[in-house]
Amino acid sequence: MPAVQETVERVKRIDVDQYRYGFETLIESEKAPRGLSEETVKFISEKKNEPAWMLQWRLEAYRRWLTMTEPTWARVDYPKIDFQDLYYYAAPKPKKTINSLDEIDPEILKTYEKLGIPLREVAMLEGVEPKPGEEDPNRRKIAVDAVFDSVSVATTFKAELMKAGVIFMPISEAIREHPELVQKYLGSVVPTSDNFYATLNSAVFSDGSFVYVPPGVRCPMELSTYFRINERNTGQFERTLIIADKGSYVSYLEGCTAPQRDENQLHAAVVELVAHDDAEIKYSTVQNWYPGNSEGKGGIYNFVTKRGDCRGDRSKISWTQVETGSAITWKYPSCILRGDNSSGEFYSIAISNGYQQVDSGTKMIHLGKNTSSRIISKGIAAGKSQNTYRGLVTAHRKATGARNFTACDSLLIGDKCGAHTVPYIEAKNSSATFEHEATTSKISEDVLFYCIQRGLSQEEAVGLVVNGFVKDVLQQLPMEFAVEAQKLISISLEGSVG
Amino acid sequence: MALLEVKDLKVRVEEREILHGLTLTVNEGEIHAIMGPNGSGKSTLSHVIAGKPGYEVTDGQILFKGEDLLEMAPEERAAKGVFLAFQYPVEIPGVTTMNFLRTALNAQRKARGETELMVPDFLKKVREVSKSLNIPQDMLKRGVNVGFSGGEKKRNEVLQMALFEPSLCILDEMDSGLDIDALRIAADGVNALHSPKRAMVVITHYQRLLNYIVPDIVHVMSKGRVVKSGGKELALELEASGYAQFEDAA
Repeated sequence: MPAVQETVERVKRIDVDQYRYGFETLIESEKAPRGLSEETVKFISEKKNEPAWMLQWRLEAYRRWLTMTEPTWARVDYPKIDFQDLYYYAAPKPKKTINSLDEIDPEILKTYEKLGIPLREVAMLEGVEPKPGEEDPNRRKIAVDAVFDSVSVATTFKAELMKAGVIFMPISEAIREHPELVQKYLGSVVPTSDNFYATLNSAVFSDGSFVYVPPGVRCPMELSTYFRINERNTGQFERTLIIADKGSYVSYLEGCTAPQRDENQLHAAVVELVAHDDAEIKYSTVQNWYPGNSEGKGGIYNFVTKRGDCRGDRSKISWTQVETGSAITWKYPSCILRGDNSSGEFYSIAISNGYQQVDSGTKMIHLGKNTSSRIISKGIAAGKSQNTYRGLVTAHRKATGARNFTACDSLLIGDKCGAHTVPYIEAKNSSATFEHEATTSKISEDVLFYCIQRGLSQEEAVGLVVNGFVKDVLQQLPMEFAVEAQKLISISLEGSVG
Repeated sequence: MALLEVKDLKVRVEEREILHGLTLTVNEGEIHAIMGPNGSGKSTLSHVIAGKPGYEVTDGQILFKGEDLLEMAPEERAAKGVFLAFQYPVEIPGVTTMNFLRTALNAQRKARGETELMVPDFLKKVREVSKSLNIPQDMLKRGVNVGFSGGEKKRNEVLQMALFEPSLCILDEMDSGLDIDALRIAADGVNALHSPKRAMVVITHYQRLLNYIVPDIVHVMSKGRVVKSGGKELALELEASGYAQFEDAA
């Protein structure tokens, strides 16, 4: 059998077993009543002990949502979602304030251990310092916020971050403890009326991460959040808000997994980033939601609104994403380049296999003077999947000297998949310089045979070629995660290799 | 001792028979040249030995060190010591030559049940070999064959040959696209690898290459068969009189 044909056959056989994170944790949980109403919104707000202004904000969003309809312009096809058939809130029981890791349900800790997420690093805070020589100097500390269904269960290194003045906590806590910051910034990048899913999120979001980096502070460690959807029929609506004040720097990473289920689960998150003068935010995502089984049954519907506002002069926001999971992906991390000389970047690897449908890309909105943006998108389609890059680059009338460079490359494996590129480019002033490059190629029989003749197996050869294809983007990830992402890419493509 | 035995091999590509019963024996330490006009089946033979997909063996046998080669996956053949130097080495963007060499070498070692080579040992080995082949270090940092000249690509093939230490090297039209100087460098590299345990099969149209890599035995192929075998003087004879005389013999 020709090498590519064999890969295609293997890819076809991919089964649910290939998804390593598909286990379910059996814990009791407390849920809101099924369906969505003002009562649901009030229930969530009450569970979170929120101030009145927050409830008001949510209710306005809910009322607005009732008047909106689902967007249909994306190249994705799925049965209509019954929003009254979902649970909008699920929290692991017992519900009490958690002061230390020991109070967390051991089942949840085990879940995160299985996922390889080191919540236990918090032990270092309690004075358990590693013995001299045991600590690996190359391994940087990573502060983790773990969100299980609708609530944040643990945040590590909180005290150490506090020392540097960095606030890193669940957003539900931030609403109570730092209302002035939340009120000032929440919804200032993605307004409650922004789009169907963002508005829904505004009404019912239950938790997520909040980060504030004060002026001039370089955040001393990587921050990361791990999202896990565990409950059945539960939507996950997390909300992340990151503010980098003047001259500060922060690097943040999110990871996502879910159990494998026959039914589809909805995930509609909103992420807002604000960068003030001379500040820089680097936001990386390794998205590995359950993609559905080999017949296209189950999997996460991922409708996410991510937007960064380069509010200050010379500010910079950089999005890096590795998308391997989800049955449906609808996601366009964007940058509003408002400040003069600000810059935005979008580096993306989107892999689709089986029956996955990906419609993802970015928007670079140039408003300030001499703003620049860079887009590097690598789409890899295998199986019967459809992989679309959709991007908008626009320069406002006053955005003199705007510059953009876009490169979209697609790689096809097999002949049943599709890769599509839909760029929108608008320059409303004559001084803008926009460059767009795009390529589409098939993984070549000759290249695979060359590798195999040198001793690589079929799977290793495909993994090597694909990793070469996405190298420019992998280099943008924090080192620890680049290695993880590389493995993930091989796993999601090769099917039979685990 | 016979390293490679091809017995009465018949091969089809999409319903069309290309090799019509080819027989060839290569012993350890020998250098064989296979010559013949375009379409005589020279490259097909090299592809079938290496296990390239798309060829159907309808009859005959290939033994390598006494084992049935056709039963082995192509990567197994590589690990057992079959090396094919490609006529047109492919480019693999984004994969550095160094990374490729290490991945391939370790895959072969693993398949043989050997331990993976540690990075310092590997680097030392690559440096030694690349130096002898006049391959600059920065070439190893570039993507596999990306932007390489014809000569660099062929030297990269020889470099891999030296690193993987195969017992059978098949050189498919190594001279194509090379000028005289590049040819000499590549040929010197090949000659340096010749040993009493390692056999070479040199596939070529022209006698020119055989001035640099001197064969023990020359075979003439025509229409899917070996029609004549002889010493190195046979190549000179061919150069003088051409392939036409063998067309009828086939």
